[in-house]
Amino acid sequence: MNNSQSDNLIIAGKNFTSRFLLGTGKFPNKQALHEAVTASGSEIITVALRRIDLERHEENILEHIPDNITLLTNTSGARNAKEAVRIARLARESGYSHWIKVEVINDSKYLLPDNAETVKATEALVKEGFTVLPYMYPDLYFARELAAAGAATVMPLASPIGSNRGLKTKEFIEILIHEIDIPIIVDAGLGAPSQAAAVMEMGADAVLINTAVATAKHPANMARAFAQAIAAGRTAFLSGLPAEKADADASSPLTGFLYENPKSEIRRKPEYRI
Amino acid sequence: MFTLQDIKNALNTEDPQKTEHLARQAAHLTRQYFGRTIALYTPLYISNYCSSHCTYCGFNSHHTIARKKLSAQEIRQEAKIIADMGIEDILLLTGESYESAPLSYIIEAVQICKDFFPHIGLEIYPVEENEYRELFCTGADSVTVYQETYNRRRYREVHLAGKKQDYDFRYHTPERAAKAGMRRISMGILLGLSDPAEDIFALFEHLRSMEKRYPGVEYSLSFPRLRKIKGRDFALCTVDDITFTKIICLARIAFPRIGINLSTREDAGFRNHAIELGVTRISAASNTAVGGYSLETPQEQEPQFDIADQRSFEDIMKTLKHKNFDPVLTDWRRIDNT
Repeated sequence: MNNSQSDNLIIAGKNFTSRFLLGTGKFPNKQALHEAVTASGSEIITVALRRIDLERHEENILEHIPDNITLLTNTSGARNAKEAVRIARLARESGYSHWIKVEVINDSKYLLPDNAETVKATEALVKEGFTVLPYMYPDLYFARELAAAGAATVMPLASPIGSNRGLKTKEFIEILIHEIDIPIIVDAGLGAPSQAAAVMEMGADAVLINTAVATAKHPANMARAFAQAIAAGRTAFLSGLPAEKADADASSPLTGFLYENPKSEIRRKPEYRI
Repeated sequence: MFTLQDIKNALNTEDPQKTEHLARQAAHLTRQYFGRTIALYTPLYISNYCSSHCTYCGFNSHHTIARKKLSAQEIRQEAKIIADMGIEDILLLTGESYESAPLSYIIEAVQICKDFFPHIGLEIYPVEENEYRELFCTGADSVTVYQETYNRRRYREVHLAGKKQDYDFRYHTPERAAKAGMRRISMGILLGLSDPAEDIFALFEHLRSMEKRYPGVEYSLSFPRLRKIKGRDFALCTVDDITFTKIICLARIAFPRIGINLSTREDAGFRNHAIELGVTRISAASNTAVGGYSLETPQEQEPQFDIADQRSFEDIMKTLKHKNFDPVLTDWRRIDNT
């Protein structure tokens, strides 16, 4: 974990030292979740409002979460902007914070987000005072609209939720990193710490991991591994990774001829005859 | 996607290694997409009046059983008992009687259950799209409807009277429910009515078609096996445990993210194994008799089928946790369905 004050992740004016966000679904039990949260060092965790037992019949996963952690309720189950807004309002009415991860997914087969509805939901929720972190398919146009709408970050997917297929959308996330000024948190589909490291090396601001940790044989250990990888990737990025070279250096550079003969006409500075 | 021949080959092979291979694939996919979560729900039968004659069902119109329909007060009483256990996902069931248990009765039942359950499912007689919409706006979120068998000839042979004879009306029920806004649709077949391979293939095709046209719905599959009713056997062909296990695995492999449901038609031993393979939803503390939770003694009850898993809700929760599963009681809540 990078503890440098100067390299904090800043979202909506709030400082975080960890660039590892953790999802809380799919864990075998609450104890495993608690241990993974601790091992990860995460300061932001996501939880689906649909899974929160507001009737309090069963032990609430939130009872295991340390107080210093920012809880990001997500609108999982929302099929359109209207439903996402309703779920967000319900989360706030139930006493959860105004930080909301907007997930608008009208696709139960691949769980791909609907960018257009995500923009509408973000616009509406920002107006209502929510801090919105929208999950999206990496598309530059929509990312610009989300930023313009007041989203605190954008969260482009690496590959479909739960698929563990890694960074399939690399080129398009790179475009976002270059062109979008709000934090980019790569979310969904990262299946191994090496993949998370690669995302951070590219210059992403943070990553969100769920399935790969929750379904590991030892979730806490896996969380620890991800934390180390994310920190390593970030440090590598800040240190300036050498650029990839397409081919070997030419032994005779293209402009070598300009400097071979010191008396060459070509070396004279231009003279202006006035 | 499996071809019919793929399914036949899988079901017909007697090689235990192949079964194990299927199971490992299914288990891996289930862990990946569901973790170790198992969702729990409980059925509440509110009426056993029926005007259809399905040869295999304990409620069919030709059986002389005590017909019962719960009053509003009785629905409230039964619902409270189930809710007090901790269940948050109720499945309301009726026989197929459009006259004795009309839509207005079911709407009233949904309204009552809203006081107790954040999620209400319906396994009722198929209705029209506008009627599903009315039910959705009232507060029901999911619909369960099984085609029973996709073999038209067999369908005709086992459905002898009533609206249920209309194969196509039943076939298009999932679509009407989806158009009406229902969030979750459970489809299935009754194993034992026809050739399992052909029915499974047809079910997969039906689901695939629904997925493409109504992608926003959360689908689940069920494969209830025909069971005895009060000791009497109505099964027309048996589906053994090995075949049944393979069917569950094939469904998981074909549809990695859909729910797979297992009711208390199956005994505790089988259910305990099935949750390791691909099943993600089970009923808990079930009673398939109208008024069975609080209003009738076991001797008075007329169940739709005999319950094979008699465990209490607490026992099921304990078993799941002991096996390192995370029982999920809350997986949706109404968000003002209008």
